[in-house]
Amino acid sequence: MSRIKIDPITRIEGHLALEVEVQDSKVKDAWASGTLFRGFEIILKGRDPRDAYHITQRICGVCPTSHAHASSLCLEDAVGIHPPDTGRLVRNVVEGAQFLHSHILWFYHLAALDFVDVVSALQAKPKEQYLKNVQARLKKFVESGQLGPFANAYWGHPAYKLPPDLNLLAVAHYLEAIDKQAQASHISAIFGGRMPMTMTTPAGGSVHIPTVDDIANMLPRLLELREWVENVFIPDVLAVAPYYLDYAGIGKGPANFLSWGVFDDPSFETTNRLMPSGVVMGGSLAAQEVDQQTVTEDVTHGWYKDGEALHPSVGVTEPEFTEWDVENKYTWAKAPRYGEQPMETGALARMVVAYAKGHETATKLINDTLAALGVSGKPEVLFSVVGRIAARALETKIIADATVAWAQQILENLKNGNKATFTGYTMPDHAQGTGLWEAPRGALAHWNQIEGGRLANYQVITPTCWNISPRDGKGIQGPIEEALIGTPVEDPKRPLEILRVAHSFDPCLACTVHVIDPSSNEVYEVRVA
Amino acid sequence: MSDVFRRPNNSSVTQSLNTFRNASITAGRNFFRTRLGVPPLREEEFPGVPNFSRRDFMKLCATTAALLGLGAAGIPRIADALVTAAGQRPSVVWLNFASDTGCTEALIKATYPNAAQLILEILSLDYNETIMAAAGTQAEEILAEALERGDYILIIEGAIPTKKGYGMIARREMIDIGKEFADKAKAVIAVGSCATWGGVPAGDPNPAGLKGVREALGVQAINLDLCPVNEGILVATIVDFLLTQRVPELDGHGRPKIFYGQTIHDQCERRGHFNAGRFVERFGSKEEELGYCLYKMGCKGPDTYANCSKFRYNDRVSWCIGAGAPCIGCGEPGWVDKFAGFYERLPGVKVPGLEGVAAGADKIGIAAGVATAAGIAAHAIVTAKKRRPTKEPPSEKSDVSPDT
Repeated sequence: MSRIKIDPITRIEGHLALEVEVQDSKVKDAWASGTLFRGFEIILKGRDPRDAYHITQRICGVCPTSHAHASSLCLEDAVGIHPPDTGRLVRNVVEGAQFLHSHILWFYHLAALDFVDVVSALQAKPKEQYLKNVQARLKKFVESGQLGPFANAYWGHPAYKLPPDLNLLAVAHYLEAIDKQAQASHISAIFGGRMPMTMTTPAGGSVHIPTVDDIANMLPRLLELREWVENVFIPDVLAVAPYYLDYAGIGKGPANFLSWGVFDDPSFETTNRLMPSGVVMGGSLAAQEVDQQTVTEDVTHGWYKDGEALHPSVGVTEPEFTEWDVENKYTWAKAPRYGEQPMETGALARMVVAYAKGHETATKLINDTLAALGVSGKPEVLFSVVGRIAARALETKIIADATVAWAQQILENLKNGNKATFTGYTMPDHAQGTGLWEAPRGALAHWNQIEGGRLANYQVITPTCWNISPRDGKGIQGPIEEALIGTPVEDPKRPLEILRVAHSFDPCLACTVHVIDPSSNEVYEVRVA
Repeated sequence: MSDVFRRPNNSSVTQSLNTFRNASITAGRNFFRTRLGVPPLREEEFPGVPNFSRRDFMKLCATTAALLGLGAAGIPRIADALVTAAGQRPSVVWLNFASDTGCTEALIKATYPNAAQLILEILSLDYNETIMAAAGTQAEEILAEALERGDYILIIEGAIPTKKGYGMIARREMIDIGKEFADKAKAVIAVGSCATWGGVPAGDPNPAGLKGVREALGVQAINLDLCPVNEGILVATIVDFLLTQRVPELDGHGRPKIFYGQTIHDQCERRGHFNAGRFVERFGSKEEELGYCLYKMGCKGPDTYANCSKFRYNDRVSWCIGAGAPCIGCGEPGWVDKFAGFYERLPGVKVPGLEGVAAGADKIGIAAGVATAAGIAAHAIVTAKKRRPTKEPPSEKSDVSPDT
């Protein structure tokens, strides 16, 4: 029996440490620690409710758009308005391009290096001039002796399975994808002013009034990106997956899935969203509707004073750094639960919920993929590392198609003189609102309470709060902790397999740890275990 | 493990794999030909700089020279500096502390040079947790080597927690890591609001006790404000340092004057509307569509020093005010509290016609409100006389000054 501590976990957003107990070359137990504390909710207290749109975006620079929109939905719920149709479409385009950016970045730049051996690509024997050029570029880079971001990784690890030719292709597409993720953000910026930190879609709709010029600037970029997703991204995933089919049985987790739904249709019902809201429990593939009232947060194993698990709208949180002790308190993350159960969120959760609800496109894409991988009729293999990767790629296609359609619909609206983008409102003295939405990496909820026209309270539960959750008061592990159990570890000094499981959730730690209470705003002594 | 996957040599899987692989290669090749910005023409490769065509290289140099205000005369100097640097690329250690990674996200939006060229071929980005392949012990080893060499430019993203236990990497306090690496760095660049003064999470009451790099580490960092940093400013600052091997001229907040020397208001493409008293009064209005001044919607441009209107963002497609959003002043130290009430009018702004008078927001509101109505009426008259629709807002000649 041995303990492995991986700190820092890289190729994620933010600061995460993992500790695992290994027995007989398999993970027997795991603990996930968020190691940075900021404090957004209390910063928001007493402020103008409209400012939350800008401040909550700084919770996460990877998915600011999602926080922006959750915040706008939250205030719109409090004041009782919806944006006009063109405003809704502008928001969908900004968010859609943000999802494309995030999923491409995640696959190629954060996760792929767990499966692609960059050094092995030098052994490839490419016939295509394009790939020969990439290989020459790579060779020159390696021979420079300055490996930069590729230095000191687990190259040559026996768990890398791809042949050199496929490794080279993946490296080529890694480089291409750097441009593609940027291009996706440029699309968001055409309407949003800039990315990261979009500017134009606060409560009410869009303050940017789209023009035909915008669409002319946007559509070619969008169509090129969609073509790339179809012709490069999806084929890459399907090319790599067969070499790692054992990871269709690794990294399962609790198989409870939560989606608040994302991308509104004209009804503004979460059940009618492009990716609909819903819950699937215990891998049953029977969807239930969501009920946000059943959400609680538990602090038994977080660096907070112990208290009852409460709904976030009435939650009380007092930070108290004691010591880093996995048997007791070991993280700045709290443990959110839905009906007392840990929930996985993210693209897999959205795709599973959509599949369970009979979403036409999602169902077809999933069934086709299962067939391509030779496992037709066994959707339960999706509850795995391979499933998370496939789900993100397939969702990227759904969103790329939809974003093109939304941009075209805006053009139609402009032609028809339907230019209204913003619904005005008066700030109420007392109100409360809920904003349920999805970031690329999962379910995102904002709650606000307005008193005297100012924010009396603001609470956020982010996707990674769910996924990176520590154990709760009953000792039930969070999804990543549970998913790690059973993962093979060939070489404890180079725990590549653990990274694969952790990265499959696309963790984002800045999002996770952000709660504090002003009454305990003092220095705590630390003893590092 | 799923039994269904215990067939690694399944012929149908192999077949479909080959189909996908070939399709992917073909698509990749064909796609490459149509893409913009990456040099496919090897015969034009610029000697001495790997993987740049001459066209791309000159474009890079021209862009960078323009960013640095050197003009065409500066191009050969930049070219020389980069060619020399290409032999042994300059080492960059990028430490990420209390941040949201928005500035790393900004870095990878860079277009000329793009992020791949920048971090693989111009610089040697030896440590950046968001993109580096190595993790845990292996990542720590890279850091230790860099510290031993001591030849790196240190870039810090994120604020520095001053309370013990509030920010740790590899079981060490962030502030201790920061001090250790700042001591040996050739230069320290603080990118984004969090690193320069604490940023949004340092907003009142600054629950985690966050400080900026200069204050927490006691080093004369080059401060690149804005939230997030503008990718053009970041790239230009790095290139400038490589070129000159010295810190650029800084203002009182430690910011390069070349980028932060003038207010957004003074460089704003909507300034003419302000001067003419033409303001947006309501989001989604006709005035918004016409691109009128956003001062009355809360724009903080008059008090914010940055060159956003010049550099713009994201392949230069847009910027905040350009897209119709009032500036929130994110380039100014303390903006989160100083400018709180982002949609409220900035007090104390002087408007044309009230020279020397520090008019309060309400006064400006009244004056400008009258002027806007008058301006629109004048516009209507001008349009009617010409008997044709005009895409342009009323010209400055037809305006009515705010003091009338």
